[in-house]
Amino acid sequence: MNIGYFPGCSLHATAREYAESLTAIAAALDIKLDEIKDWACCGATSAHSTNHMLSVALPARTLMLAEKQNLGRVLAPCAACYNRLASARQAIAKDKEIAGRIQAILGQSFENSVQVLSIAQLLSEMTGEIRDKCKRPLRNLKVACYYGCLLVRPPEICQFDDPESPSSLENIVKAAGATPVQWDMALECCGGGFSLSRTASVVRLSRSILQSARKAGAQAIVVACPMCHSNLDFRQGAINMRDNAPEPMPILFLSQLVGLGLGLDPARLGLSRHFVSPQPVLNFINAVKLQAEDREHA
Amino acid sequence: MSAEHSSITSPKEHTSARPQQSLSSQIQNATGLDPACCYQCGKCSAGCPMANEMDLKTHQIIRLLQLDLDERLLASEAIWMCLTCETCTTRCPNQFDPAAVIDALREAALKKVPGRVPKRISAFHSAFLDQIRMHGRVFEFGLVASYKLRGGPLFADVESVPSMLSRGKLTFTPKKIEGIKALRRIFEQCATEKSK
Amino acid sequence: MSRIGVFICHCGENIGRTVDCARVAQSLGDLPGVVHSVDYKYMCSDPGQVLIKQAIQEKNLDGIVVGACSPHMHEKTFRKAAASAGLNPFLCEMANLREHCSWIHEDRELATEKAIALGRFIVEKIKYNRPLSTIYIPVERRALVIGGGIAGIQAALDIADGGRDVILVEKESSIGGHMSQLSETFPTLDCSQCILTPRMVEVAQHPRIKLLAYSEVESVDGYIGNFQVKIRRKARSVDETKCNGCGECQKNCPNKKIPSEFDQGLGTRTAIYVPFPQAVPNIPVIDRASCALFRGRAKGVKKVVCGKCAEVCGRNAVDFDQQDSFVTEKVGAIVVATGYQLYSIGKSQELDILRGYGEYGYGTIPDVIDGLQFERLASASGPTGGKILRPSDGKEPKKIVFLQCIGSRDPAKGIEYCSKICCMYVAKHTMLYHHKVHDGKAVVFYMDIRAGGKGYDEFVRRAIEESHALYLRGRVSRLSRDGDVIRVQGFDTLSGEPVVINADMVVLATAMRPQPGIAALAQKLSVSYDQHGFLNEAHPKLRPVETNTAGVFLAGACQSPRDIPDSVAMASATASKVLGLFSKELLEREPLIARVDRMTCTGCFHCERVCPYGAVERKTLTDSKGRIIKVIAEVNQGVCQGCGTCQATCPSKSVELDGFTDEQIYAAVNAI
Repeated sequence: MNIGYFPGCSLHATAREYAESLTAIAAALDIKLDEIKDWACCGATSAHSTNHMLSVALPARTLMLAEKQNLGRVLAPCAACYNRLASARQAIAKDKEIAGRIQAILGQSFENSVQVLSIAQLLSEMTGEIRDKCKRPLRNLKVACYYGCLLVRPPEICQFDDPESPSSLENIVKAAGATPVQWDMALECCGGGFSLSRTASVVRLSRSILQSARKAGAQAIVVACPMCHSNLDFRQGAINMRDNAPEPMPILFLSQLVGLGLGLDPARLGLSRHFVSPQPVLNFINAVKLQAEDREHA
Repeated sequence: MSAEHSSITSPKEHTSARPQQSLSSQIQNATGLDPACCYQCGKCSAGCPMANEMDLKTHQIIRLLQLDLDERLLASEAIWMCLTCETCTTRCPNQFDPAAVIDALREAALKKVPGRVPKRISAFHSAFLDQIRMHGRVFEFGLVASYKLRGGPLFADVESVPSMLSRGKLTFTPKKIEGIKALRRIFEQCATEKSK
Repeated sequence: MSRIGVFICHCGENIGRTVDCARVAQSLGDLPGVVHSVDYKYMCSDPGQVLIKQAIQEKNLDGIVVGACSPHMHEKTFRKAAASAGLNPFLCEMANLREHCSWIHEDRELATEKAIALGRFIVEKIKYNRPLSTIYIPVERRALVIGGGIAGIQAALDIADGGRDVILVEKESSIGGHMSQLSETFPTLDCSQCILTPRMVEVAQHPRIKLLAYSEVESVDGYIGNFQVKIRRKARSVDETKCNGCGECQKNCPNKKIPSEFDQGLGTRTAIYVPFPQAVPNIPVIDRASCALFRGRAKGVKKVVCGKCAEVCGRNAVDFDQQDSFVTEKVGAIVVATGYQLYSIGKSQELDILRGYGEYGYGTIPDVIDGLQFERLASASGPTGGKILRPSDGKEPKKIVFLQCIGSRDPAKGIEYCSKICCMYVAKHTMLYHHKVHDGKAVVFYMDIRAGGKGYDEFVRRAIEESHALYLRGRVSRLSRDGDVIRVQGFDTLSGEPVVINADMVVLATAMRPQPGIAALAQKLSVSYDQHGFLNEAHPKLRPVETNTAGVFLAGACQSPRDIPDSVAMASATASKVLGLFSKELLEREPLIARVDRMTCTGCFHCERVCPYGAVERKTLTDSKGRIIKVIAEVNQGVCQGCGTCQATCPSKSVELDGFTDEQIYAAVNAI
């Protein structure tokens, strides 16, 4: 399968492991990621907080480039980028006047024909393949699936999964052989874009997410957004200091977990780039593997 | 107090349509949402992750908009506290979209009372958009440096730079996209675009 | 040559301000055939009517045109005046100079011209009016009541006490409806069953009430005074004539774990059961979906799996082979009292516009229950014997959070209306809880308290002041499980503070919705309904219990959310309407109906196909020797509503609508 690819700024920098693991599982699942040439930043929170037109025009430029490349569908692995791209697409589709103004700003005609997919949407289509190719090393690994705010919300934009009790990540994780836990904070905000400007808020919000996952018995949290990852991983040290230093909670990108399920080499999945070491997860996988081998021998 | 309240439309004025220039009509034009459809149930504020830190809660923001209390509303820190997590929008019984309204209010505040925007937050947004204007994409190292120069906390997170580097998460060499000139034109056009 | 009188009304200033009435009268007076034309300040007043009567007699008029308000207002007045002066009332017509002219125009000159044209229109029409006479149709003086809840019971008893026979149809195996499930009732806290069961027994014993329980209306034909109703008597699998209600079958049924509908799933019942001990009739029914014998049969198992109930029945009343049967009843009036159901917060909804409450867990969190479930917990006859206990672990909840407006006033979930009763029953619940669990704390999240009614607001104040319920104004954003408590994430808009409460139990005051299947029933009855399925009354203020189908009346929550006093009042109102209708042997109706010309009708029956009321019948014409000449259309005088669709459709121009014949319409149109 060929699909357009909008990595977004984070996947080229702080979330490099997301891009690496995505590339790795794409190869394993026969997905060809066709990167949009010369894409620009989606504008993120800063654009929509300050200039509505800009928040539509920046993603529109990228969608226009994708259209020129004949990419029918584009994957935006970052949940925030996904939300901006999908919102812009809908704003243009819904309102002829906006569509006209955007064309004037871009200085080019544009059909708005490109569909935007989140990673949850793409991998939901692939659960069959994932299940088939799964090597089952994740058996009994308990993970908390964290959607954050924007992966399935707002429903008018996403039109995918249930905005209040979603199940797509759980289904993907199950296909990859792991066991999702029942928990309470799957949709609560981690603090998002306040990582730099209001770090204390991020610490407060992300802390309750980590506590809830821990209480539910999760061994790792699975995320689909570089911002969520950064807040839960990079800021976890500061958070855990306030909580009498509990056992650190590894934060895995969905693509990393699927990669592990497919039996890919952890080194190719960028697992070493995390601040919270995912070693406990790898140890658990190894232990399960050894047990299985023992059983075979017996 | 009295100065603020003088802008509440008197019952007599309510018999005619809202004046076109009022903030509520401006926001309605920009978002297509009529503030009158909010019945102040507070479900937005109940679910807001930032409610505890906001000087005005989400439903109060909408209430002040209904009353056209521009000054208090645009000068409030609260509109800058919104994380756009869209919980309010997802759960609103009236299918109102507080998150979109708050975005529109921020835009209005930047135009009308730029001095009242919380410094760190405006510094962050300016730094972020500068990055895009300069390179077409955001380079986090440049972003952090520019944010700090614009008034962000100088020493926060400095200790994490080495660990970021060792994990290959920071790049020092920004690369411009090819269509940077066209992109800058988009910025210029959007800056001059008057909202509907 | 006609002798027409024209009477132009000023309606005070209403017409006179914009229309030069004297000029209109003068101008119309010049028309050929008009022999008398005057204007007057108030034509509908007594002196105004006297003017008309005198003119009819003195000038021997054979047609009257009154230029005044809408015929909806005063056509009856003027026709009566004409009749009292000896003129056939259908030779009196109105020109609407108010709604159609003076109220909507400003230019006096143009408005006067238009008023003259409107008058001319009617003058030319009336030249072709024929005298018509009132139609009389016989009335079957028995009533059908659909639904055996409190509204249906009240309507049936009132009609029966008024001396008329009633057939009461109830789809469940017992009458009683939702009221039989309630613990106590607001605002007096009297026990619901204590006040209801005597009325149920009265129904059972009343010589004029024929109770058809476990039955549904299959089809309705006919019209006011003459309905034929086919009723499906669902197979109980128990012979009503033999069963004496001893209860042995129920005691011996091996399948005891079926969730009880009466207890809202909080208790259990057997497969052969009566829903509650005071059921009327006290005859069990076999739930074939849960009965082992019937399940075995459905799977094609040859061996008889069970049959315990039949074995222990001393009267041989259990009949596994019973089939649905049908009875047809002739009635003159129908009262619809089908009641309500509660909105479910679940993910799957039977209507597309409805959405569940994912933020409240779609109904999957144990100990999040609805108002009727709480009623069963609080009821002495309920599954806990009246103790407030959590369904999950049987523990006594020390903190209960009540949420109002769940579904109601929530356009996002598809329901924008207020369910009206919730504010009151939530206040009642907090009191019952306080009475039963003294150290318990009740917290209520509300948006507005709507306690309009005698003693209602005082009742809510008692809940707050005496039972110390904490009322917080705001909607709750989310309910989530946190161990064995429910985390309630809400907001108090009065203090401006976010509120998080760890509750032991949450009670949702979910919206009142019409019964499932209401649309199908409404279609059978030709009664219109709103987008939510509530049946429409004929006029929201002046005809609140009638419908647009003559002879069909509404009582209780099938029309909109209603509490018990409202439902009972409505039921009594329908009974008085029905008894009024039955006070005459013959019904009068206006003769403005379609008429078929026997000579020219070719029997194509286009009219039959287009008639929205099913008023066209086929009639065979025979000669004196009984040989068929032709089959033609004939209009049933009782059913025809005078819409004129047949007239417009008839290819051979054989249908005429009395009062609106082609001749009349052409003449009128040609006059303008």
